[in-house]
Amino acid sequence: MTGKMVLPAALAAMLGGSAFAQEPVELRFMWYSDGNEGEVIADLVSRFEEENPDIRVVLDNVAYAVIRDQLPVQLEAGQGPDLARVTTLKDLAPHWLDLRGLVEEPAYWEENFGNYLDWMRPEGSDIIPGYMTQLTVTGPFVNRTLFEQAGVELPGEGATWDEWAAAVNEVAADQGIPMPLAIDRSGHRFAGPAISMGAQFIADDGSPAIIDDGFKAMAERIAGWHEDGTMSPEIWGSVSGTTLRAANEEFANAQVVMYYSGSWQIGQFAETIGDAFDWAAVPNPCGPAACTGIPGGAGVVGIKYTEHPEEVARLMDWLASEPVLKEFYERTLFLPGHAGLTASGLEYQSDNPSVKESLDTFVRSVGQLAPLANRMPAWDWANIVYFATVSRLGQVVAGELSLEDAYRRIEEDVDQQIAEAQR
Amino acid sequence: MTAKPKRKVGVRARLAGLLIAPARRAMDLIDIPMHALQRRLGTGGVAAAMLAPNMLVFGVFVLFPMFLNVLYSFTGGGALFLNERVFVGTLQYETLLDCGSYADPATCREDRFWRAAGNTAFFVVIQVVALVIVSLMTALVLNREMRARGFWRAVFFFPVLLSPVVVALIWKWILQRNGVLNAMLVPLGIEPVLWLVERQWAMFWAIFVAIWAHLGFYTLILLAGLQAIPRDLYEAAEMDGTSRWRALTRITLPLLWPSLVVVILLALIRAVQVFDEVFVLTGGGPGTATLFLVQYIYETGLAQQVRNLGLASAASILMALVLIVLTLLQLLAAARRERRENR
Repeated sequence: MTGKMVLPAALAAMLGGSAFAQEPVELRFMWYSDGNEGEVIADLVSRFEEENPDIRVVLDNVAYAVIRDQLPVQLEAGQGPDLARVTTLKDLAPHWLDLRGLVEEPAYWEENFGNYLDWMRPEGSDIIPGYMTQLTVTGPFVNRTLFEQAGVELPGEGATWDEWAAAVNEVAADQGIPMPLAIDRSGHRFAGPAISMGAQFIADDGSPAIIDDGFKAMAERIAGWHEDGTMSPEIWGSVSGTTLRAANEEFANAQVVMYYSGSWQIGQFAETIGDAFDWAAVPNPCGPAACTGIPGGAGVVGIKYTEHPEEVARLMDWLASEPVLKEFYERTLFLPGHAGLTASGLEYQSDNPSVKESLDTFVRSVGQLAPLANRMPAWDWANIVYFATVSRLGQVVAGELSLEDAYRRIEEDVDQQIAEAQR
Repeated sequence: MTAKPKRKVGVRARLAGLLIAPARRAMDLIDIPMHALQRRLGTGGVAAAMLAPNMLVFGVFVLFPMFLNVLYSFTGGGALFLNERVFVGTLQYETLLDCGSYADPATCREDRFWRAAGNTAFFVVIQVVALVIVSLMTALVLNREMRARGFWRAVFFFPVLLSPVVVALIWKWILQRNGVLNAMLVPLGIEPVLWLVERQWAMFWAIFVAIWAHLGFYTLILLAGLQAIPRDLYEAAEMDGTSRWRALTRITLPLLWPSLVVVILLALIRAVQVFDEVFVLTGGGPGTATLFLVQYIYETGLAQQVRNLGLASAASILMALVLIVLTLLQLLAAARRERRENR
């Protein structure tokens, strides 16, 4: 071939090639991170892309507030990403893609994620919308070093909330710590201790029945602990409305003796605290009715407005497969939301004894959850009740409302929200 | 008869002429279709055609959403689209206005709205008055002959360049329990103060930070106004032995009045719309101590489990009405003053 012919031929080959090569399908995956899970999923997704060159996954790593506030609006408008990691699994369930006819083995999904599928299904439905990236349980962490330095014995399993309050006050007084006890400013975190005190939340017909003696017992403690200095107003009293205010930074800075949050903090504490002091999760404190936290978690779901449902299902099949999910849980230090992996156990990738002990404590606490606590994630009105609770109890802590007024307002707020939802 | 001296055209002027020539040519080219258009539409028609794209953008992105907002305020339900929402008449307005006593938010059905309205009114009055006074004083100082005047002007303007979120985060770090301010107070034997958790302090800092962040912008407007006042007026006053205070009240303030009206109007509108800085700084807390109307609207419409767009829209319409009334009053006052001065 002469030089004059080679160039046009090469150009023709290039043009022809590009015309026939199929562009990979692009999937948008909305993700948020509490700890290192953003890096882990990015790593896994790039491996998936290598194995599946016809699919390109764009991982949109966003703040949790975007998932909470903006994604619902996008979904209402029939838009949004192709798949997302969310925590409001039940409330947004009408927008999830049904994977039953799309995944390779629906039986695998039912068998391993069956316990949690109701948390993400519309009421009365049997669709397969996604899988749990983590199972979470609310519960307390303690700064063990402070207890040791103060010479105060750590209350053991079965200790009540009042016994814990007395112990952390003793430690804080001895060590000059400004926050003996901190509980995330969240109705979700409040619910477990309230159930321990005997709160019922759900009436027989499934409607909210919020204000009872159990609820009042915990609400009175929250108010009382702020008055006597057990809890600092910096968490519950510092912001307004339904705003979530966590105390993880204060705990990591050794400003808190006991911090009530949940299992999702373990990965973050492993990084932020490291071995600066000894910390560990401890069993949920008890009330007269139970010693329970609230289960929950985050899941990956397909969005039904996607233009590529088959590719979404392929990605989810791959991510939810046992070896991939095992690696994900072990690297992120998350509790597994997969029956097979729960049974076979995981080898978490951490040398930190605090991490191992905390994971063991939370795994044990899953088996000790009150039946009502297990119902909460699948209850339609749970988030409405959580939001009203935190908004009004926040006003009590700030001195704007009496407890009696707060109870009345909580019921009014919940009624108004339900009326609006059912209109 | 003497010969006229030949005008010398400088090199610089020639160079400028060369550079401008292509622009002139381009303008001549534009002139052709413009003349045709003017013949067809008339002078007014051309003006309308020029304004049309801007009006279209304004209509689509401002007027139409405002109109939609009014419609949403008469609907209820959790749906996003107007056609899926339920018409509820004036229910949302009735909910907002249902009060035992407007002076006591606790007696109102939507108590958070009234707490937010009260906080906003307080914020507007204090912040606008303080902002205008401080801006005026700053402008008067920066208008004087002084060393490094440009530097000082830049210092006061710098916060305007920062994002409101950055401003709020900076002040949050200063004001938190272990922040810079407490770190300075503790060595003096003062107990750390929870600046953003105590109600009065939280409102004080919300106002202070808002003034700090916007001071430079308003100072700049007033500075421009001050520099437009002829110097000979002051010189004449000085020759007449006028005191500085009299010069300020009889020369500076009356001649600065148009700039002051602009500053007051802009500050007023901005104060009623306060949201971003305070939302990041205090989150509306403690309790509802720094909850303002825009945050109430945002939380009601977007941050609830059931997004109550109807109630949020009704609240925003009420807020807009207050804003319109305030603006009209302000403009009326300015017009009356101008008429009085012209007489």
